[in-house]
Amino acid sequence: MSNELFRTCPESGLQFHRPAERLMKAHAVVAVVILLLGGIAALLVTLTRWPAVHLLPADRFYQLLTGHGVNMLIFWMISFEIAILYFCSSTLLRCRLATPKIAWLGFALMLLGIIINNAAVANGDASVMMTSYVPMPANPNFYLGLILFAVGALIGCFIFLATLVVAKDEKTYEGSIPLVTFGALTACIIAVFTIASGAIVLVPTWLWSLGLVNNIDAAMYRVVWWALGHSSQQINVAAHVAVWYAIAAIVFGARPLSEKVSRVAFFLYIAFLQLASAHHLLVDPGLSAEWKIFNTSYAMYLAVLASMVHGLTVPGSIEVAQRAKGYTKGLFQWLRKAPWGNPIFSGMFISLVGFGFLGGISGVVMGTEQINIIIHNTIYVPGHFHATVVIGSTLAFMSLTYFLIPTLFRKQVAFPAIARLQPYFFGLGMSVFALAMMGAGTLGVERRHWDMAFTNAALGFDYPASAYTLMGIMGMAGVVSILGGAMYILVTVVSVFFGKPVESESSFGIATTTLKRAEPVVVPDGGHAAAGKWGFAAPGTFLLAIFFLLIFVLYYAVNWKYLASVWPMS
Amino acid sequence: MSAIQPPAEIVWWKQPLDKVEGTWISIALVWSLIMFFMMPFWHIYGKQNLSSEAYKTTPQAFLAKTEAMVQQYTVRTVNTEKGPIPVVKPPPGSDVYLAGRLWQWYPLLEFEKGQTYRLHISSLDWQHGFSLQPVNINTQILPGYEMVLTVTPDTDGEQTIICNEFCGIGHHLMLGKIYVTDGASMEVGQ
Repeated sequence: MSNELFRTCPESGLQFHRPAERLMKAHAVVAVVILLLGGIAALLVTLTRWPAVHLLPADRFYQLLTGHGVNMLIFWMISFEIAILYFCSSTLLRCRLATPKIAWLGFALMLLGIIINNAAVANGDASVMMTSYVPMPANPNFYLGLILFAVGALIGCFIFLATLVVAKDEKTYEGSIPLVTFGALTACIIAVFTIASGAIVLVPTWLWSLGLVNNIDAAMYRVVWWALGHSSQQINVAAHVAVWYAIAAIVFGARPLSEKVSRVAFFLYIAFLQLASAHHLLVDPGLSAEWKIFNTSYAMYLAVLASMVHGLTVPGSIEVAQRAKGYTKGLFQWLRKAPWGNPIFSGMFISLVGFGFLGGISGVVMGTEQINIIIHNTIYVPGHFHATVVIGSTLAFMSLTYFLIPTLFRKQVAFPAIARLQPYFFGLGMSVFALAMMGAGTLGVERRHWDMAFTNAALGFDYPASAYTLMGIMGMAGVVSILGGAMYILVTVVSVFFGKPVESESSFGIATTTLKRAEPVVVPDGGHAAAGKWGFAAPGTFLLAIFFLLIFVLYYAVNWKYLASVWPMS
Repeated sequence: MSAIQPPAEIVWWKQPLDKVEGTWISIALVWSLIMFFMMPFWHIYGKQNLSSEAYKTTPQAFLAKTEAMVQQYTVRTVNTEKGPIPVVKPPPGSDVYLAGRLWQWYPLLEFEKGQTYRLHISSLDWQHGFSLQPVNINTQILPGYEMVLTVTPDTDGEQTIICNEFCGIGHHLMLGKIYVTDGASMEVGQ
């Protein structure tokens, strides 16, 4: 290993392999550009679904909604995640990245795929939504773009895996890989499954769109497509949970409460998270109740259990670290004294709370076999996944960016005042947005629908006034969160391209961490619990977790009650 | 010794669990099992369950069955700006056919409150979504598959079927109706 190939970040002690660093930068920059495109579409789509504004004509609305979905859910997420994979392997393991040239090939394929897919959507004959359900036809390039992107991403996954092998072989670390890298490995394994499913469904669909295959069965398409569509969101979950742990470590020097519990929880993701593709098929014709119950519950809610574990252990590890620093008063001093002005932390914490309370609970409730009857394809569904993917993943990635700007890009964060406020605009705006959507969905407002007033339809239907109010709130909150997104892009782009180089001052008080071999855990007299209460190391977190569970139980019960009021059917 | 570094202890899997984790995992596991068993429980004691009864079909075959029912049981028509649409009142307990097509639910249906119907739904072209409002029942409708929903309307009045799967440029115009009468036939709707 030549030393010139590496540089050590003086602030964080992280060691960057220069070829890997360039790749991470390239992937992150492409991701942010995509976020900008998707964000512009988001604004126009939101302003159309806000009934008082109703901005776009129908064809433009469906076209931009397609572009918004594909760019955000697939291109933004996965592009950023490839950067995370390279960071978690090469940087965290202080190892050279395996075969950087092939990694660039993967990057080129991903970029090409993004361009081809977006060109097809822009052309106007691929307004088929992200799901592109057959037999509604799209311009063949729509599928081709996705396929090329997927192949590129798959190369990225294998580069990650190969780098783990190189690190092990060259003994760049001792013992086991760090927990965050383990989380990234989880994301990578899920990604390989996801991309393989995508190939199985999209390659024949592409051939069908070219006229080379006669027929694609609609039910088969849905089963396999959702192994791509839902699983790709599970990559995000695994990746953003890894980012939460990373940020807890970066900002607080927190270590996992127990490696065993956190790693087993990640393993439960690998084993069970994929079954959730069934969430989308709960009211499809012809699938048996047994199949639905087993799959929609991830066997027996074992992946939900895993998320509930991470939901405790991430803030729990922060609490323990804060208590060790002396913030031991009462149950919540550790939280009150957390650095709420540091967007790396505030964004991560809003991400965690929003993902759990809004995204997690709504997801489990609507993924319950029978309850899905009252929710399927209403605007409740995008309400749910904006809470998981936008508050959960996107906000976590944004928070990480504020750490990467000084460490990876070696630039000072521009407009720190804006950066401080950004997670609040984005996270809280998106929370209200998601809640309003869930409320409107409960009143039966549909997703992917241009006109809830049904003007010019042969028959009519009037939604209650409350549904219009909720859609108006959704519109306003959507604009606030898009403003938060614009703040992120402003800070990021100005910092990276026009920012002042970092000297020695750290941005946002990143705790100096060195990647030297960690000291063995010193368990104080009386165990970890000594600094806590009731024999718990993290009593405040435990209380928050119980509060979460109460809301969960209550909301779950309310939905069964609501279901019981609809027409009996069997 | 943080989450971004290798574990402090080589044999990390022997590190004892903290009480807070053990307690939470137990509680969360119990809750997970409750949620799991709630679904089979509802199949036994609940009244809202989708059947898995479904058949492979073709648009032609399904349309033929629908038209036969329209011929036999049409009781009136509803006049709209886009032409008249038949309203079909099939006998209670019978097989009822509802076709989704670009961009219409065909035909309109009239049910009696408290009676049970075997409602067959399929698509004649692309995927559609059957969303009955305001009662709020939603299912996915696929071409080539005929789903059978055995429903018992227990509220009277007018229900609207809204398409809630995106099906092209006229998606937001695709509506249908189920009129539910209380006992003897009475005039509902237009």
